[in-house]
Amino acid sequence: MRFFLEVLISGLLSGVMYSLVALGFVLIYKASGVFNFAQGAMVYLAALAVVGCMEKGAPLWLAVLLAFGIMTLFGIATEKFVLRKLVNQPPIALFMATIGLAFFIEGLAPMVFGSDPRALDIGIVDEPIEAILNGWGMVISKFDLAAAAIAAVLVTTLALFFQYTRIGRALRAVADDHQAALSIGIPLQHIWAIVWGVAGFVALVAGMLWGARNGVQFALTFTALKALPVLIIGGFTSVPGAIVGGLIIGASEKLAEIYLPALMQSAFGGNFGGIEGWFPYVLALGFLLVRPEGLFGEKHIDRV
Amino acid sequence: MFAYRKPLLMTAAAFAMLSQVAAAEEQFFPIVSYRVGPYGANGQSFYGGFVDYLNYVNLKDGGINGVKLAWEECETEYNNAKGVECYERLKAKAKVSTGPLHVMSTGISYALIDKTAEDKLPLAMMGYGRTDAVDGSVFPYAFPLVTTYQMQASAIIKFIKDKEKGNLDGKKIVFLYHDSAYGKEPIVALQEEAKLNKFALTLIPVAHPGNEQSAQWLQIRQENPDYVVFWGWGVMNQTAIKAAQKVGFARDKMIGSWWAGSEEDTVPAGDAAKGYMAATWNVAGSDVPLIADIKKVVYGAGKGNLQDQAKLGTILYNRGVSAAVLSVEALRGAQEKYGKGKPVNGEQVRWAMENLNITDARLKEIGATDLLPPIKTSCADHEGSGMVKIQQWDGAKWVPVSGWIEGNKGLIHPLFKASAQQYAKEKGITPKDCAKES
Repeated sequence: MRFFLEVLISGLLSGVMYSLVALGFVLIYKASGVFNFAQGAMVYLAALAVVGCMEKGAPLWLAVLLAFGIMTLFGIATEKFVLRKLVNQPPIALFMATIGLAFFIEGLAPMVFGSDPRALDIGIVDEPIEAILNGWGMVISKFDLAAAAIAAVLVTTLALFFQYTRIGRALRAVADDHQAALSIGIPLQHIWAIVWGVAGFVALVAGMLWGARNGVQFALTFTALKALPVLIIGGFTSVPGAIVGGLIIGASEKLAEIYLPALMQSAFGGNFGGIEGWFPYVLALGFLLVRPEGLFGEKHIDRV
Repeated sequence: MFAYRKPLLMTAAAFAMLSQVAAAEEQFFPIVSYRVGPYGANGQSFYGGFVDYLNYVNLKDGGINGVKLAWEECETEYNNAKGVECYERLKAKAKVSTGPLHVMSTGISYALIDKTAEDKLPLAMMGYGRTDAVDGSVFPYAFPLVTTYQMQASAIIKFIKDKEKGNLDGKKIVFLYHDSAYGKEPIVALQEEAKLNKFALTLIPVAHPGNEQSAQWLQIRQENPDYVVFWGWGVMNQTAIKAAQKVGFARDKMIGSWWAGSEEDTVPAGDAAKGYMAATWNVAGSDVPLIADIKKVVYGAGKGNLQDQAKLGTILYNRGVSAAVLSVEALRGAQEKYGKGKPVNGEQVRWAMENLNITDARLKEIGATDLLPPIKTSCADHEGSGMVKIQQWDGAKWVPVSGWIEGNKGLIHPLFKASAQQYAKEKGITPKDCAKES
């Protein structure tokens, strides 16, 4: 039982890390109705910007500020040079544009900041909490707990922002219909620039946490891989959904990784494992069959 | 209007002939490399070292017996399809004269192994690729030179056994591996070692890319093994080192493969990597005489391939230099047999690679003593060495903690032979008689 609990908690905490990346997707989706293929690349760019600035001698706080500035500028530039030309175009056109953007960032970021994998020390050690280890014999990482706290603050802030601010409401209107939003005077360009800036900030937080955990390197772009099942389960338009989806994916994939191989081995023979690579997608597929809009997503009804 | 046509055509023809003559006097190297993309940092160091050594031979000795080395690089981004595309692009030039092809990717090696044999161009797979190609009777053009995953795994077990005073009976070893062909290759060898040495072996795979390993490390904590033998690549390496720290597993009980043992793997893991060990078939350090001389000759002349000179002497840079050393030695051997001072073709280089004999004395002449182990290949043994060193990360650099350790050849090589024979049967290949080769 202790081991089961340990795996479950570790999975939930890993899920929070997935949620952080998924949040960026939700923001863009809410504002433009498009799945931002470049979100993983933005995580990479943000983390590289931090270590790049630190290598030039900036202390961590300044590097984070500068990286935030870079991500904001990037958001504004994306709106001006990519999205503005695509207003009122089908979502697939915007999606294709984000694919191009991903390749652009993946090429540009290492060119500017270097491609060597680097360590990022944000002052939180990834070690077990002694009291829990000694008292219950369970490994709960200080780093994972800190990441969960950061995610909780971020989600609460974003949820409040979308629910209760004028920009948040405008943003939801833009997501529903670009043209209708423009016709009632909502400044679409500003909204998009703001939302890409906020998505850049979320990418910065995710990039710093993932970078501190595994090193800052190209593989940060892969963090987006787990965001897709998180979004399918939580819903593409829901900030709390990204968190709940992340928790479900994190916990279920870890439990599956530990307990499924033995079952599969007794049923089919051979050596099984590496299940967490595909399990989240199978789970997401199941959700798509029974609840395509996800747990917290808006039900989309087309009238014909 | 057409008055100038004849002289123009004659001039063009003359230039074409001249350029052919010039090309004929050079020894061409097709370099199918990667310097950007997910593993670009690794490729930059490796191919930087490779090209620096070719430049070094040109600058220091004027080439090989007067034949200058030339090369063309094509970027694969570690993508199999692009690897094949690059190969096809460079093949025409390589058919005239060629150095061995180094793709530094198991996937690309597998994609090219049949093509290179068809085109009679030698494929070197130093520490990666199809390992049963050790059997040259079935794979005449493929060379898993120096050592293979299986021999490396066997050598790691030997190292652990020495640490345990020669007895592994009752010990527990976890094999944590990248769930791919690369990660699975050593399993059979480890299972054989487990039977022989009576230790308990637990296999734990990690799904690609390996940036999340908490379940695996909780399982390791539950198993409480004496050692973790670790076959990682890319981000999986730093993640494993950090995850070991998270569950409190001692890093000096964790021994990685040579693709989990470079600065690119330990530096991003920070302090967590201190004490971590890994196998290697080449040592790090810019104090190796050859590496120091490359710095003086090549970088002194402003012709260095690396922008960041801090990479000189790193594991992967020195590995690139080692790969180039073996390639150049093969070309020297081919010239000895087929005519000094002339470029050599794929078939001739193949012969030389199958008859390499790089002794300690020769390594000393090159300035590469201890950079890599001595190598002697044959038709029956395209590996030629099977030796590795174990190195340990001291927090700032890799330090060797063993001499050259040879894996259990008697146990491992029959596995290669059986696998190669099976491949020959499936493909309808008649293995050549190695006894008749000279």
